[in-house]
Amino acid sequence: MRIEGAGRDLDRSQRLKFRFDGKAFAGFPGDTLASALMGAGVDVVGRSFKYHRPRGVMTAGSEEPNALVTLREGAQADPNVRATMVELHEGLSARSQNRWPTLEMDYLSVNDLFAPFLGAGFYYKTFMWPRAFWEKVYEPFIRRAAGLGALSGQSCTDRYEQAYAFCDVLVIGGGPAGLMAARAAAEAGADVILVDENARPGGRLRAEVEEVGGVQGHLWADGMAADLAGMENVRVMTRTTVTGAYDQGTYGALERVAQHVADPGGRPLECFWRIVARRAVLCAGALERHVAFRDNDRPGVMMAGALRACVTRWGVVPGKAVAVFGNNDNAHRTARDLAAAGLHVAALIDSRHDAENLAGDVPFYPGFQVARATGRKGLEGITLRAPDGAETNLHVQALGVSGGWNPSVHLACHMNGRPEWSEDIAAFVPRSGMVPGLEAAGAARGVFDTAGCLKDGADAGRAAAEACGFAGRDMALPEAEDAPYRLRRLWAVAGKGRAWLDFQNDVTVKDVRLAAQENYRSVEHMKRYTTQGMAPDQGKNSNVAALAILADATGRDIPGTGTTTFRPPYTPVAIAAMGSGGQGAGFAPQRFTTSHAASEERGAPMIEAGLWYRPSYFPRPGEMTWRDSCDREVRTVRDCVGVCDVSTLGKIDLQGPDVGAFLDFVYTNTFSTLTPGRVRYGLMLREDGHVMDDGTTARLSDNQWVMTTTTAAAGQVMRHLDWVHQALVPHLDLRFVSVTEQWAQFAVAGPRSRELLNGLLDDPIDDASFPFMQCGPVSVMGVPGRLFRISFSGEHAYEIALPARYGDALFRELVARAEGMGGCAYGMEALNVMRIEKGHITHAEIHGRTTAFDCGFARMVSPKKDCVGKVMAARPGMVADSREQLVGLRPVKAGTELTAGAHLFEPDAEAVRKNAQGYVTSVGYSPMLETYLALGFLRNGRARHGQKVMLIDHLRKRDVLCEVTDVVAYDPDGGRLRG
Amino acid sequence: MAELRASSPCAGLLPLVRGGVTLDEVSPGVITALAPFRGGEAALSSALQAAYGLGFPAAGQALEAGETACIWSGRAQAFLIGPAPDAGLAARAVLTDQSDAWAVVELSGPGAEDVLARLVPLDLRPAAFPPGWAARSLLQHMTVTLWRSGSGAFRIMAFRSMARTLAHEIGTAMALVAARRDAG
Repeated sequence: MRIEGAGRDLDRSQRLKFRFDGKAFAGFPGDTLASALMGAGVDVVGRSFKYHRPRGVMTAGSEEPNALVTLREGAQADPNVRATMVELHEGLSARSQNRWPTLEMDYLSVNDLFAPFLGAGFYYKTFMWPRAFWEKVYEPFIRRAAGLGALSGQSCTDRYEQAYAFCDVLVIGGGPAGLMAARAAAEAGADVILVDENARPGGRLRAEVEEVGGVQGHLWADGMAADLAGMENVRVMTRTTVTGAYDQGTYGALERVAQHVADPGGRPLECFWRIVARRAVLCAGALERHVAFRDNDRPGVMMAGALRACVTRWGVVPGKAVAVFGNNDNAHRTARDLAAAGLHVAALIDSRHDAENLAGDVPFYPGFQVARATGRKGLEGITLRAPDGAETNLHVQALGVSGGWNPSVHLACHMNGRPEWSEDIAAFVPRSGMVPGLEAAGAARGVFDTAGCLKDGADAGRAAAEACGFAGRDMALPEAEDAPYRLRRLWAVAGKGRAWLDFQNDVTVKDVRLAAQENYRSVEHMKRYTTQGMAPDQGKNSNVAALAILADATGRDIPGTGTTTFRPPYTPVAIAAMGSGGQGAGFAPQRFTTSHAASEERGAPMIEAGLWYRPSYFPRPGEMTWRDSCDREVRTVRDCVGVCDVSTLGKIDLQGPDVGAFLDFVYTNTFSTLTPGRVRYGLMLREDGHVMDDGTTARLSDNQWVMTTTTAAAGQVMRHLDWVHQALVPHLDLRFVSVTEQWAQFAVAGPRSRELLNGLLDDPIDDASFPFMQCGPVSVMGVPGRLFRISFSGEHAYEIALPARYGDALFRELVARAEGMGGCAYGMEALNVMRIEKGHITHAEIHGRTTAFDCGFARMVSPKKDCVGKVMAARPGMVADSREQLVGLRPVKAGTELTAGAHLFEPDAEAVRKNAQGYVTSVGYSPMLETYLALGFLRNGRARHGQKVMLIDHLRKRDVLCEVTDVVAYDPDGGRLRG
Repeated sequence: MAELRASSPCAGLLPLVRGGVTLDEVSPGVITALAPFRGGEAALSSALQAAYGLGFPAAGQALEAGETACIWSGRAQAFLIGPAPDAGLAARAVLTDQSDAWAVVELSGPGAEDVLARLVPLDLRPAAFPPGWAARSLLQHMTVTLWRSGSGAFRIMAFRSMARTLAHEIGTAMALVAARRDAG
């Protein structure tokens, strides 16, 4: 309900309409979704994780365990959002979670009746048998019954963003300590980033009734924030939560950029920041903790600090009659503030028998405890237990509870440091240096009075700036409240029934005791057995109380029991934010050849080769399938001429007096004997003796060479050459540079290739001036380029290279001229068929596990010199008849389709693993030979030409009897190559 | 005979203007990779000094003199950008023509740093990355060389084949930054 006249955050001149579970409501600008629902009288906002108990709003911040909702619908649905952090806006739409079919009528709340059976370890004990049922039956059911909100399963349509920021001093949290820390560091001259989780900095000052520097605390905070925002060297980031502390001063932070508006426009919903800071000051404040008593999870039972925040900030309260229960002085503020707001404070209950009433004229019960809450969908009353054990019932609709405050140590623990126990405040506080460069200040360090926080923040901010080399200055501290924080520990009220510790994971005092009883005594074991403090919650509400119960059950003290591990993120981060920019084409850069546009104009579908996009084939009218186009392109190249963009192959320019010696060392065969103007095919091994890559290297002049690599291994070869030169042969004087991107290079292949080229070359070539494996400079329509007479297709062929700026024009010119002669452009499919016809290997064959011996290249490993991988390639077992060797395969019955990936067996052998004789690496249909052809590796294959093997594809259910052949199926003597 | 028409790496992709930030292609002139022979850096530096009035850059340096720039690009390697290489350089270093290998763009205007903060994981605050310094880094998933070409302007070099992705990534970040600016 709303309290007339209260609510300093509200603008009551306007109403905002919103929907929750389809019903229409209204609130005010300044409301959160949680406060607007409370104002509208909605008590139940969610169902609990396991028992589906009705739950209401419990806190006023990001630690909220109960009020988790799904924002928006469909692909834009955002689950598990804390309603306490959602700023109300016109048209907001939210749904409750974990209920079926509705929040009011949840059939799965039957779980609550079975609670005696559903305690900690229930799943482990129960769903053991039959074993196969776990995946199929039990797990899906449990996941449906227990859980949080769900994603839509649709592709994300919202914009997200990520960004980097750098500063000298990062201040995490903009409460009184954080504001002073930022100010002190900034005045010393440091670059400061102040990050605050809320729309406006101020922290607790936004919710408390107290003065700072002679004005209301929240107004003082507004003034400070405005001053800071006006400083050149300060960046104030609001609506931003620092979610993790990582190596070398890096912090993750999630900024909710446009979650608070109806229409983000072009803005991202959220931005994930990586902030690198030389020093950081953790001013994350403290979280209030509960006291466990029977049914303490009833809607209307809230944290005391949250209850007074609701009244002070938004003028809302779960009901007219309220009570406050605490074990410390701070709880008295709630009774005081609520009474001042005109509410009926039925009781201020302080478990300390010697406590003094600091709340004024309210009924005061020192030494009393709350033994039980009653009501199911909303608090109806509480049971008061007097020091003598006598119990009385009190009708209230709201109860504020305070078991004290826990400093928010989470970030300080993210690098595995352990906090230390402070007896004074009965809580853990960060140690210095748990995260290098980070120090805590204010309530995060256990300083709970405002004056103390202001001073602690100022000191820490100054120290951080000084650690960065800036000269700190004395700062005037504003006057503020300095009342001591007194408490006497109270974790749980004795009694029957279930008393909740962890609301988000539905863990009770009994569960923790049961864990201890079943010997899960280590705190980490207890955590996993009960799920206390797991998942998004990270123990925000329950950590210390659960440890205290465990300590009690195991007869240890709390420091001896220790704490569980706090892990990032502090609050949930959408993967969409962390991975923003990586959706769709953003996953990896796209590399396009200079002929890309011309190929697309011809309707060529693209195939990805690493990051490159290459044309598969160039369809023509009347062609029904890719095979029609591919067959035609192969025949055209073999009968006439074809043009293909081969620019994607790696090209490395090597210069210097020692290039020959270097190439002799990286290739298995000899290159130092190559004369200028000639090209040689080379094979390169990895250090372990397996084939790394192959390609041609041309010697352009005495001192300049150009190596080509396969498209797939271009980066790997460049890295390998760098490694070899720097680490293995640094004495060789040479330099090399990748020129892959500099040159557009096209294969011109077929019996009429020279005729086509001579139409473009300023000085025509002939067989005498340009024999097979020749290279040299040429002039193409006035542009200087390079020509190589090399062939992957097995035809009389060339590769012509021009600077990339001419690539588009040259490709168009070549294809137009080829077409005028009856030729064509050809794509990857035809290229692949032709190389299979010729038995040329690609990375389908040199896949990392094959050797030169396996590929039939043993004689390419020169016996006259050393090379990388030579010794390892000669190890026993690396050269043996029992190894699988490269062979050709063709079906005995021509026309039968072969499939790559199939395995090879003796024709009469059972097709099981131990009988496997090899496998198929490449297949294609040869239009020239009118049969499918394959390449594969077969045990002792070179000795088995002419024999039959059975090709069996278990995945595609195919078995084909094949004949083993030589790898070269077409033009075996190479006559066409030499023209 | 017809002429072969040259096309630039970012033809049809740029310029882009979003808010106050502009991304446009730069015609760099000749780009030559300079790689001194073993122990030849000092000699190369003097030759550069004689020819252009700038030396061979140390790691992370971007040297500029008039229309000529010499940008560090890796271990004992730099790009000479602008003029064709002086004849005196060839004896001291390996020279490799890279004029067609790179897409060169300039990002300028107030907010250029905010745009790059969404793409490049480097501290580009003026004090940390002033004029005169260059870096090899990532721009989203691409490797790039970048340097500050004026107070609010950056030059970025990426693989020619990645020009479309380069324009797309920077354009997307520009739109996000502009949208935030518009929202105040």
